[in-house]
Amino acid sequence: MPVITFREALNAAMRNEMKRDENVILLGEDIAGGKGAGGQQDAWGGVLGATAGLYTEFGPDRVFDTPISESAFIGAAAGAAVTGLRPVAQLMFVTFFGVAGDALFNQMAKFRYMFGGKTKTPCVIRTLYGAGTGAASQHSDCYYPIFTHVPGLKVVVPSTPYEAKGLMISAIRDDDPVIFFEHQAMSGDKGEVPDGEYTVPFGEARVVREGKDATVVALGRMVQFAEKAAEELAQDGVECELLDPRTASPLDSDAILKSVKKTGRLVIVDESLPRCGLASDISAIISEQGFHTLKAPIRRVTPQHNHVPFAPNLEQAHIPSPEKIVEAVKSVTGGK
Amino acid sequence: MDLDQEQLLDAYRCMRTIRMFEDRLHDEFATGQIPGFVHLYAGEEASAAGVIRHLHADETDTVASTHRGHGHSIAVGCDVKAMMKEIYGRKGGLCNAKGGSMHIADVSIGMLGANGIVGGGTSLSCGAALTAKVKKTGGVAVSFFGDGAFNQGMTLEAMNFARVYDLPVLFVLEDNGYAESTASSWSIGGGDPVQRAAGFGIRGEKVDGRDFFAVTHAAGEAIKAIRDGGGPRFIHIDFLRYYGHFEGDATTYRPKNEVRDERKYLDPLNLFRARVLQGEILSEDALNRIDDEVASLIDEAVDEAREAPAPDLSTLTTDVYVSY
Repeated sequence: MPVITFREALNAAMRNEMKRDENVILLGEDIAGGKGAGGQQDAWGGVLGATAGLYTEFGPDRVFDTPISESAFIGAAAGAAVTGLRPVAQLMFVTFFGVAGDALFNQMAKFRYMFGGKTKTPCVIRTLYGAGTGAASQHSDCYYPIFTHVPGLKVVVPSTPYEAKGLMISAIRDDDPVIFFEHQAMSGDKGEVPDGEYTVPFGEARVVREGKDATVVALGRMVQFAEKAAEELAQDGVECELLDPRTASPLDSDAILKSVKKTGRLVIVDESLPRCGLASDISAIISEQGFHTLKAPIRRVTPQHNHVPFAPNLEQAHIPSPEKIVEAVKSVTGGK
Repeated sequence: MDLDQEQLLDAYRCMRTIRMFEDRLHDEFATGQIPGFVHLYAGEEASAAGVIRHLHADETDTVASTHRGHGHSIAVGCDVKAMMKEIYGRKGGLCNAKGGSMHIADVSIGMLGANGIVGGGTSLSCGAALTAKVKKTGGVAVSFFGDGAFNQGMTLEAMNFARVYDLPVLFVLEDNGYAESTASSWSIGGGDPVQRAAGFGIRGEKVDGRDFFAVTHAAGEAIKAIRDGGGPRFIHIDFLRYYGHFEGDATTYRPKNEVRDERKYLDPLNLFRARVLQGEILSEDALNRIDDEVASLIDEAVDEAREAPAPDLSTLTTDVYVSY
């Protein structure tokens, strides 16, 4: 099977869907790059290159570089979706959601409900997130819980290039607005990805690893950290069952409940912040619905209540690490 | 005058329907039977009627509306009885009683919704125009927004975006004198909206919003230019709203007698009647007959809305997603 990067997997998914459906268009800042400038067109292919070559292949009537005007073009994505296109718009970094907040939260998320189910808004908002690149506070947030909070939006957080391609194809074909989170530190990560088209379903957790001693839930970049932790724990005889929910909304809480019923222990690894974060949300659901199956308190492995710092040592201390995951699992399995 | 008798009667019926709908809501709201917030369009009828009559009846032409969206909805052709049920929050409402006055919509005929967010519709219109451009439908997106929305970043971004991609958008500033309680003459920096539009490279024109004929002439010219591929246009429509920002607003910020004089001397429906009667283009009988028919329609709409049941509680959690 071909081994390609995360960004190449996304590119393949978008290319596939643009070929398949002429209603799919791309919008965003520098997604081609060089618009109106004297040099090369299609110069960037997006800030990390995920849309490289698509402008050349599909042309200016399908790929729209935009001014730096998130209110205008995210709103336009909502308006285009409700009138018959399937726009894929890039909100460059999720931290910028504030300047497009109305279009995201008040328009696209609410159309179907406010209009009594008489319309649909099929659009994808791609957005970069996550710490680990030294981009500090205004380019590194993990704001997927904010979108998960809002009814009407679906929230996708892929963990591997394989997942990214299949989830992106699902996202573009979905009839609801989808916020698609791409971890900026994973853009160059490589993995096995089939050439052809395939979809990965929303709301179905992936069992990354089976085990009987503790359930570990992780998503996005945290999946690879949890895998490392699980390998280390296995050497000490602790078998983790690792689940990747793949989508924060819808959330496959049934899979987590089922696993916790088997293991009796739950550790949630989440790069988003601890207050009202995804780990807190999952913890609440399992406490309500699976308390009787728990043999130990639920543990959350998250950053602390601070912004993403700049200095490399501070940034590393901010992000959940395999070591912290090992410690958390040991704390609920009795240290073994 | 470039409108034939039938077109004139249609325009008058549209304006009369809006006026009676809004006047009646003003009275009914005072009885306490209508939940939530209601923002009325009375006094502004010539704008909706004069602009929207140039649009095609299918979904290829679109209208994005404002807080004050009943008039645009009626002019686009939304079912008046379903609108009334919606505003009463009853079963059978145009949006199944999920939206109410501030979010009333019928996307199937190109009405993209009233909008609870000031300026929220302007970028949606850019999207609708993108759809028209990509699908080559020849459609035009009309974005109505108020004087308050003209100072929102989203509106200014949308105007720039429409210009750089030559999108088929008609930006219609409905300047009714007040953004909530704040005077537009104070809040619009620079003072001249047409000049502001010119700053974006968008040609604009100021029109007297009491004069249906001036509005529809300007809109017709602008929409034709847009359909011919000229990119976005702008119209500044100037008038006064008759009621408060919302129903229940005591409007103490307005000068004494402002509305009384406006209604007496500058009512767009009276001016329309005077114009067509003076030229003996339409008969008084024909106009009065429309008044009677519209009055009956509004009576029936209110009666049916009052009698309609509340929506089923089971619908609370439906229509959030297409699938989940």
